[in-house]
Amino acid sequence: MNTSTSPAVSGTAGAVDQAERIERIRQAAYRVRRNALDMGEVQGQGYIGQALGVADVLAVVYTDQLRYRPEDPHWPDRDRFLLSIGHYAIALYAALAEAGTIPADELESYGSDDSRLPMSAMASYTPGVEISGGSLGHGLAVAAGMALGLRHLGNGARVFNLLSDGELDEGSTWEAALACAHHGLDNLTAIVDVNALQADGPTVGVLRTEPVTDKWQAFGWHALRVDGNDVAALVDAFDELRAHRGSPSVLICDTRIGRGVPMLESREKAHFMRVEEHEWQLARDQLQEGTTR
Amino acid sequence: MTSAAPKKRLTTSAMIASFADPGQRTASAPFGHALNRLAEERPEIVGLSADLAKYTDMHVFRDAHPDRFFQMGMAEQALLGAAAGMAEVGLVPFASTYSVFATRRAYDFLCLDIAEPNLNVNVVGALPGLTTGYGPSHQATEDLAILRGCPNLTIVDPCDSVDIEQAVPALAAASGPTYLRLLRGAVPTVLDEYDYRFELGKAAELRTGRDVVLISTGLMTMRALQAAARLEADHVDVAVLHVPTIKPLDTEAILRAARTDRLVVTLENHTLIGGLSESVASTLAYAGVGNRVVPIALPDEFLAAGALPTLHDRYGLSTDAVVAKVKAELGGGKHAPWAADPEPATA
Repeated sequence: MNTSTSPAVSGTAGAVDQAERIERIRQAAYRVRRNALDMGEVQGQGYIGQALGVADVLAVVYTDQLRYRPEDPHWPDRDRFLLSIGHYAIALYAALAEAGTIPADELESYGSDDSRLPMSAMASYTPGVEISGGSLGHGLAVAAGMALGLRHLGNGARVFNLLSDGELDEGSTWEAALACAHHGLDNLTAIVDVNALQADGPTVGVLRTEPVTDKWQAFGWHALRVDGNDVAALVDAFDELRAHRGSPSVLICDTRIGRGVPMLESREKAHFMRVEEHEWQLARDQLQEGTTR
Repeated sequence: MTSAAPKKRLTTSAMIASFADPGQRTASAPFGHALNRLAEERPEIVGLSADLAKYTDMHVFRDAHPDRFFQMGMAEQALLGAAAGMAEVGLVPFASTYSVFATRRAYDFLCLDIAEPNLNVNVVGALPGLTTGYGPSHQATEDLAILRGCPNLTIVDPCDSVDIEQAVPALAAASGPTYLRLLRGAVPTVLDEYDYRFELGKAAELRTGRDVVLISTGLMTMRALQAAARLEADHVDVAVLHVPTIKPLDTEAILRAARTDRLVVTLENHTLIGGLSESVASTLAYAGVGNRVVPIALPDEFLAAGALPTLHDRYGLSTDAVVAKVKAELGGGKHAPWAADPEPATA
């Protein structure tokens, strides 16, 4: 658990055993997935597939990369993590509980009346949520302004924006991508979750966005592409991006819908997944088995 | 024969023509200079534009404070999103573009990134209403109608350079988001002749009158004052209530002005739909005041291109048109001072 700042501060400074670091993140990713399943059960359905898919990315970000104070979500020197894909809220809350920013026992209120954890993430509702996403294609523009502003103020904090591959359909994403590169915002990192699925079906059929890496590079970004469910690869990539200077960075993460729960990985891919009442415990069991394999 | 007729003299005006009358006193780029003065006192003030700094008077600020100006390119969604991000980290941005682009093109960003989190972002829209003869692509005739429904947003439609100079620090001082209908370039100076100070959210009675009350906003207050002076020569006593803040509306002042047997006329540089006239009408109706409201506004249509003075005449915004409209409303009626036999009250 974090104290005043994230483990990344001490982790990068000292000789931390890499295997230990990876194992710690994997354990965190397990708990993020477990939190997401518990929340999904409240509603019986939801963006469970995406949450399981992106859990490794969020575990790396929240337990290894971000500087923040869980007890002081408005700390001016914090790194900002912007979720422009508001429907990934279930994954973000699962990570914020792991980070200690929101109490784990609050997760059961997810999506319910008067909850601080609405189905689409909004800054005004939830500690640690920086922006109200949901209308896709907003996050990167706001991130650009934050990164410009922090640099202008001499604040060394970094800005992260998690996008989805479907969100690359929005023209405003590319407006912002131009601006970030033009202004040389090396304090900004975009993370693109490529799960190859969007609301109307597979991304390749809805609106082709590949080759994703080439596009970002053509826009002037330092781009890396990794298996977004490989914690070791994610850690190496984030470490490299942290050291990069002169241009904004993007980490393109290929993730698998339902990752960690074989029953859901193999299910017909659904943007908004239905899980039957009797399946939730099975899902938790499969998740548990996966970590002990 | 038509070929023998003298060729009609063509009139035209620049794309962003000044609407100042010939010989009228003007101030150059009052917004840019006001922002500069404010920036001297408040280091958190920053400016952004979307490839229109030069045409929104933002260039004055850009040239004086190059380190505090951020060019976002011709990308209004990125402009407003980035302005929100800058406000999130504690800066106070003024983001300028044309009104059509800030409202029609980037409304989702103004609404969700700026207004919903109630950020101190000041959106500055040039060419409001009919202030260019360039045609519908640049005539923001419905910007107030689009924005009035946006929660948290303060909307200001200034009359002249005095209004703009005083509004800029007030907008920055307001904690939430604002939208300023910018008059740019050589902007008429009118209100210094009156006992007037801009106060956010307040209407101001610029002159009193027994026969007619003109409730006006934006540049139409200038026309209202000119019309009032002309009508005075015809012994019509005309009051003018200037309403520079469209939202939140000073409903108390409007009700005070309209609870009367005077002719109530609204004037705005905006379509008839969703602007000042409907705001005043609904204010009266909600309060149970049954007065008729006579609107002077742009018609519900896409407007023609051409020379600005021609268009202001054609669409009823010129002083001549305002005088004619008021006289037509008064003509022979109980309001007309020249009417020999007022109609019975039971009519």
